[in-house]
Amino acid sequence: MIRLIPAQMKTKTAMPTDSAEPIISVRGLGKSFGKVTALDGVDFDVPQGRIFGFLGPNGAGKTTTINILTGLMRPERGSVSIAGIDCAENAKAAQHLMGVVADQSNLYPELTGFENLCFCAALYGLSKKTRQDKARHLLNIFGLTDAADRKFSGYSKGMKRKLTIASAIIHQPKILFLDEPTTGIDVASARQIRQLILDLNRQGTTVFLTTHYIEEAQRLCERIAFIVNGKIAHIDRTENLLRSVHGRHIIELTLNSSTEDISDKLNDRFDELEVESLSRSRFRFTADKPVNIGPLIQFFESQGLEVGEARKARPTLEQVFVEITGIEAELMTREKEKAETQR
Amino acid sequence: MKKWIAFWNILDKDMRAYYLKPPNISWGLIFPLAWTGMFFIRSGQGLDSIAGLLPGVVAISILFGTTSMLAVTVTFEKKARSFERLLLAPIPLQVLMLAKTAGAILFGIANAFVPIIMAAFLTDLSSVAWLVVIPAIVLIAIASTFIGLFIAVSVSEVFEAQTFSNFFRFPMIFLCGLFFPIADLPSLLRPLSYALPLTYGADILHAGFAQQNQMPFWMNLIILCAFCVVLFMVSLRNIRRKWIT
Repeated sequence: MIRLIPAQMKTKTAMPTDSAEPIISVRGLGKSFGKVTALDGVDFDVPQGRIFGFLGPNGAGKTTTINILTGLMRPERGSVSIAGIDCAENAKAAQHLMGVVADQSNLYPELTGFENLCFCAALYGLSKKTRQDKARHLLNIFGLTDAADRKFSGYSKGMKRKLTIASAIIHQPKILFLDEPTTGIDVASARQIRQLILDLNRQGTTVFLTTHYIEEAQRLCERIAFIVNGKIAHIDRTENLLRSVHGRHIIELTLNSSTEDISDKLNDRFDELEVESLSRSRFRFTADKPVNIGPLIQFFESQGLEVGEARKARPTLEQVFVEITGIEAELMTREKEKAETQR
Repeated sequence: MKKWIAFWNILDKDMRAYYLKPPNISWGLIFPLAWTGMFFIRSGQGLDSIAGLLPGVVAISILFGTTSMLAVTVTFEKKARSFERLLLAPIPLQVLMLAKTAGAILFGIANAFVPIIMAAFLTDLSSVAWLVVIPAIVLIAIASTFIGLFIAVSVSEVFEAQTFSNFFRFPMIFLCGLFFPIADLPSLLRPLSYALPLTYGADILHAGFAQQNQMPFWMNLIILCAFCVVLFMVSLRNIRRKWIT
């Protein structure tokens, strides 16, 4: 379960302007499943040619938003416009412009990598020669040429993810929707996929990225929206989000042994610090002025605990996320990875 | 043009991935063979009974081949979420579903010819009116496939698709005049027979194989066509309602 930290969730829905024209425009989007409200008045714009991050915990409404934007679901309220096309009226016209990578690699297990790519290209009406040329080209770019004639069912998770992304861009879409593209894959593949996303964006593709890896969003996205309980909690350019925590000072301490939950004691003793328990042996202390480490070490020693490592951390988007949503980012990641393992 | 490229490739992919796989080919051969053998032995009239049994066996072969294959493959793709890929493609839903069903229709038509080819070695089929039989085979295959589509849209698990298919198929064997005339059924059941598309298809087959039809050919044809259109439209409406929520 996601643990809410006591801080009140702040809701800032101001929509900062961006010089680029919006290619996706969402206004007052609402969707319910029975009594559960999945989206409640969601508004945002995605500027053309940018990487837009859509962050939030499980069940926040990320996938529902993607499903509505891509025409797999119908909104109950509000409007969605993609490149000026009203999606509620004419989703099929907008689908020409998009490539979609679902949160699950959903290609055909009985087809080879090459056949899968050719088939996906055919769905967009590409001619046989164009399909085959593009498939070979993408297999080469994604480092899958040697596996081209192997069935998709025999691919590793990372290879499946790469081929799924390749299949989504084979028709050269203007907008690429990526739903959790790096979840559950190895570090090297994830790094390669991030680089591919950046390369695609450099070539002019607008990327709509949902991820629970906040560091990934920080590295890739120029603009980020945080969604919690079906509402946009905050939306801004990444640099502006980081600026809000720029003057903050962070110290992370790692103990040589695990301890019971002593967050309450730490909060009582150091009321000028924000205390976060990252694990049973790791703590993070944040303040508006430099953190004095001596009293912290003394406190732990008084509890019979030895500090093994102390390091100064740079403020990250994670702090912004925690501050705005009240959700501990690490817990969010763990929950998602648990769900991925169970899948 | 572009949508027909998509249509052809969906059909081609389904044929290679599902219908032309050895287990399905053997199912398409063994199943009609078993039905023919069963009714042949049961009739006790030797080779003379074959012409009379053929319409029923042909209809069953199509019905079982198409409904089970389509219901299972669509449910399987829906479960694996590869069906999402098709829904995301910029092709009209009608074209998409026609492409998905075309493979099953062709599989059903091929299944129909298994008992016919077998019968050709055992009895004289020179009096068969092929211009009557072939449209009936095609229309039964289309109607049965659309029943399979209706089932696929109504369930979410592969095993449910099989169970639900049998709910439709087994009563049809006895209610549609395949082996027993509808006139021999209890009067309470007869209205049910006329509510099933296979009744009209089987009647055309009886006309084509032995000139033993109960209703005029054109009436059967029109009613069967109407069933095909209605089943397809209802399935499309259900897809829009259930899968594009």
